[in-house]
Amino acid sequence: MSTVVTSEKIPNNVDLASDKKLQRALEAWQPKFVDWWKQMGPEGFQEDDVYLRTAVSVDADGWAHYDYVKMPDYRWGIFLADPIADRKIGFGDFMGQDAWQTIPGEFRNVLRRLVVTQGDTEPASVEQQRLLGQNCPSLYDLRNLFQVNVEEGRHLWAMVYLLQSYFGRDGREEAEALLERRSGNPDKPRILGAFNEPCKHWLSFFSFTYFTDRDGKYQLLALAESGFDPLARTTRFMLTEEAHHMFVGETGLQRIIERTVELMKKNSNEDARAEGGIDLQTIQRFINFWYSVSLDLFGGEISSNAANYFASSLKGRAKEDKYDDHVALTQTMNIDVPIVESGAYKGMKTEEVPLRNAMNEVLREEYVVDSQRGLDKWNRILEKAGIAFRFKLPHRRFHRSGGIYAGLHFDTEGNPISKDVWETKKYEWIPSPADDEYVASLMTKPIFDPNEMANWIAPPPRGIKGQPVNYQYVRHEA
Amino acid sequence: MLLDAQAAHWFNTPMADAPSAPMPVVRFETHPSRYQHIKLSFDGPVARLALDVVEDKPLRPGYVLKQNSYDLGVDIELADAVQRLRFEHPEVRAVVVTSAQPKIFCAGANIYMLGSSTHAFKVNFCKYTNETRLSLEEACGESGQHYIAALNGVAAGGGYELALACEHIVLCDDGSSAVSFPETPLLAVLPGTGGLTRLVDKRKVRRDLADVFSTLAEGVRGKRARDWRLVDEVSPKSKFDETVLARAKAFVDATPEKKGPGVALPALEPKRWEDGGRTGADYRYVSIGINKAERLAEITILGPEGTPPASADALRKLGAEAWHLRMSRELDDALVDLRFNQPEVGLVLLRTRGDGAAVRAWDEALLSLAKDDWFAKEVLLQLKRTMKRLDLTAKSLFAIAEPESCFAGTLFEVALAADRTYAKSGETQAFVGLSSMNFGPLPMSNGLSRLATRFLAEPARVKELEGEKEFIDAEDALDKGLVTFAPDDIDWEDEVRIAIEERVSLSPDALTGMEANLRFAGPETVETKIFARLSAWQNWIFQRPNAVGDRGALTMYGRPERPEFDWRRT
Repeated sequence: MSTVVTSEKIPNNVDLASDKKLQRALEAWQPKFVDWWKQMGPEGFQEDDVYLRTAVSVDADGWAHYDYVKMPDYRWGIFLADPIADRKIGFGDFMGQDAWQTIPGEFRNVLRRLVVTQGDTEPASVEQQRLLGQNCPSLYDLRNLFQVNVEEGRHLWAMVYLLQSYFGRDGREEAEALLERRSGNPDKPRILGAFNEPCKHWLSFFSFTYFTDRDGKYQLLALAESGFDPLARTTRFMLTEEAHHMFVGETGLQRIIERTVELMKKNSNEDARAEGGIDLQTIQRFINFWYSVSLDLFGGEISSNAANYFASSLKGRAKEDKYDDHVALTQTMNIDVPIVESGAYKGMKTEEVPLRNAMNEVLREEYVVDSQRGLDKWNRILEKAGIAFRFKLPHRRFHRSGGIYAGLHFDTEGNPISKDVWETKKYEWIPSPADDEYVASLMTKPIFDPNEMANWIAPPPRGIKGQPVNYQYVRHEA
Repeated sequence: MLLDAQAAHWFNTPMADAPSAPMPVVRFETHPSRYQHIKLSFDGPVARLALDVVEDKPLRPGYVLKQNSYDLGVDIELADAVQRLRFEHPEVRAVVVTSAQPKIFCAGANIYMLGSSTHAFKVNFCKYTNETRLSLEEACGESGQHYIAALNGVAAGGGYELALACEHIVLCDDGSSAVSFPETPLLAVLPGTGGLTRLVDKRKVRRDLADVFSTLAEGVRGKRARDWRLVDEVSPKSKFDETVLARAKAFVDATPEKKGPGVALPALEPKRWEDGGRTGADYRYVSIGINKAERLAEITILGPEGTPPASADALRKLGAEAWHLRMSRELDDALVDLRFNQPEVGLVLLRTRGDGAAVRAWDEALLSLAKDDWFAKEVLLQLKRTMKRLDLTAKSLFAIAEPESCFAGTLFEVALAADRTYAKSGETQAFVGLSSMNFGPLPMSNGLSRLATRFLAEPARVKELEGEKEFIDAEDALDKGLVTFAPDDIDWEDEVRIAIEERVSLSPDALTGMEANLRFAGPETVETKIFARLSAWQNWIFQRPNAVGDRGALTMYGRPERPEFDWRRT
């Protein structure tokens, strides 16, 4: 059975109707995607009407349409931000030349790798989150989860569009492989480590959308500068959706913290756990964990790949415009590199790294600053409530499994510690299995009554698209 | 990603062909108790050779051995392990070569080591690693020790070449483990350790697919790797160890057991000496003296003493001290020492001392025992490898046959390996003698005996010589074409002196090229292709601006700028 792909079925602004080759490719891929969605998408809610936003154009005012839809019928569309007339490449060795509308042969393999790596994260996160609906704290949150999920699905479509349009047979095979890998499956894992970490409960979900999706934001910002115009335009539009995911993470964590503060006030010992909430220390441990695994996603501090991507004008810096020098050949960046002898840490030395080789670190730097903003907001809640505790991002050397600090141990301040010290103290810093168990124990029963909210989280100040908070965002037969 | 990790330490690495960091003296003898990078373990008939390269233990300072990449120090351990498995562990019938590091099998030869080495070192390094891989292949074919590459991570460049030398390759199908040859697309050089040759000649990968594979930096994963014949089987991660073990067991079951215990290989412990401008080393049967000023080395090999072992038990009793084994291990060590530590020596004079009849008697005894006894056969194979090492040594070789010499049988092979032989005639004459050893058991890389290669135009001469049971004096040997010159008492000293002086005055590059072309007449084999074609091309490319020039790819690798090429095809 083949599904005829039409622009009706797939909203798009790439003139799909007139591109027979692409239509055929998508026709072959689409049923496999729907099968994947049914198998690996949100479990137990596929037949429900969900109040979702669907992208229907790229107009700044009104690109989305809100209505009830069953998720498998969601109209995953293909949208590229409007072309910029006579766009020139803005960085790297090809700076000033016309942006490429097709792929230069010499960069084909490298670009395919970039697109596949980005694309792989999209279905991965859907898989990581597929069981969360079964212990949702409210219909509002359930709907947000699904909104994130379907949009990750659309981001997958966006990457598959690039693979199928520009990368020939290899691209089609890679598009299929994106549906074959499975998050956390040792035999066919997702490409990047953080996307194989299970997202067992909502505290992880909010942390993931705050920290890990923020890595996505910076990767997309860097790719939005690409000399390969279709990639730049695709990612520019993806960014508009990604913003919502981070909103879900930021407000989710904020509402948990608000509730924790309420519960602390209620309890004579300020013990949130005693009141069935999540204590601030546990939240901090989840921040430490998800922040550090997300830092790894930026890649090595000193990287010839990063230099190569920049030199080849394939991946720039976030908002390249704000820099003066877009060639980046004469500048350097100082990076603290650990000195290791016979596997033992012997201190740090500062290395002057050519800026192009440090591009991962440049992007990570911006991410660190951006990540701090949410913490500042949450700390204001604590300050207002007169609570001394403050959330803090751990040092970027902490708990790293990629880059120059991998294999060594540092405390949250970035001080070197021995493996033994790490082993004895790690659960002061990252969630222990008991923490996970405790948090999960708060979420054993899903809340499907629109007028209810789980005990461990505060309600949001407002609903979606002008609807009340207690709107029936998901029509689910409990 | 993988080579990327190698790149992290480019910035504190001294550059290119700079002789600023002098090569330390390299010693080739090691022992499992001293291995730093290889973990050898045993489970009955299955051995496990796990690469676990220690980053900060390079052979010389200046680079970091990231991602299980290797340098000569790692390869010396590998060569030693292969050698000891043959002699000390006859119970082993399958060897699993794998990695003890996550996600990476082996990233190949360390790029920064290559970048900071002299050209001569690179060439010798490449040759040595090739010889190690051939010895591993020989163990599969001749010694009943079957090597299985268990690729539990990425095998890139030399890492995949190591796998290619194994008899069977299992690749983990986990979405990230891959085999790759990134040399051409990333570094503008070749996979020069037999890789390209083995792809099409050994594994018979279709040439168009091999072409695609060799230009695809990220390599090939999973089922496609199997479909393209790049690996023999793929296995999901959860079943990987099981699959590898089953494969090892299958090899074990199909391989006959060897009788008797292993034979330990003790350290050779040569006495090294220095005497004015001369240095040298005295082993038990081999001695080497080097005159740096004259760019000359002299190797003298002593023949065997006493009666040869008459039974496998008697040979076993001699163990590592048995003449053929001890002598060839010593010669082998002296040769690699010459190659790496004496780059300026251009000419090696090969001498022998002892009783030619004894050499022949020992030869016949060993050959007779080798029919049934694994140890005798291993000794023979060791002899074969050492003679090949001699053939492949990029120094001029002159055999000097004197009245006290014993160029017979095995030791006459040394003369046959030489570029020329000077045999003294006249009142006191040199004699040469043949044994069964000269007619097949010690083939060259081309698959022929040295005599057959020598008389390529007249195969009948070889047949005739087979009947030659007597010792042959210098004049007669000259007539029979077995030596090059036979000066008499009046001319001997002058002839030899002049020949030496003339030889050391010629260009070392031209001589290396000339000798390599003349030594290997006859058919091509995978082995000759690897040394003569692949290595020669690689050595050329390694000298070219597109690789090592200021903007060459090897120079620019890991740096912020992209390479620039001279687009003219040569």
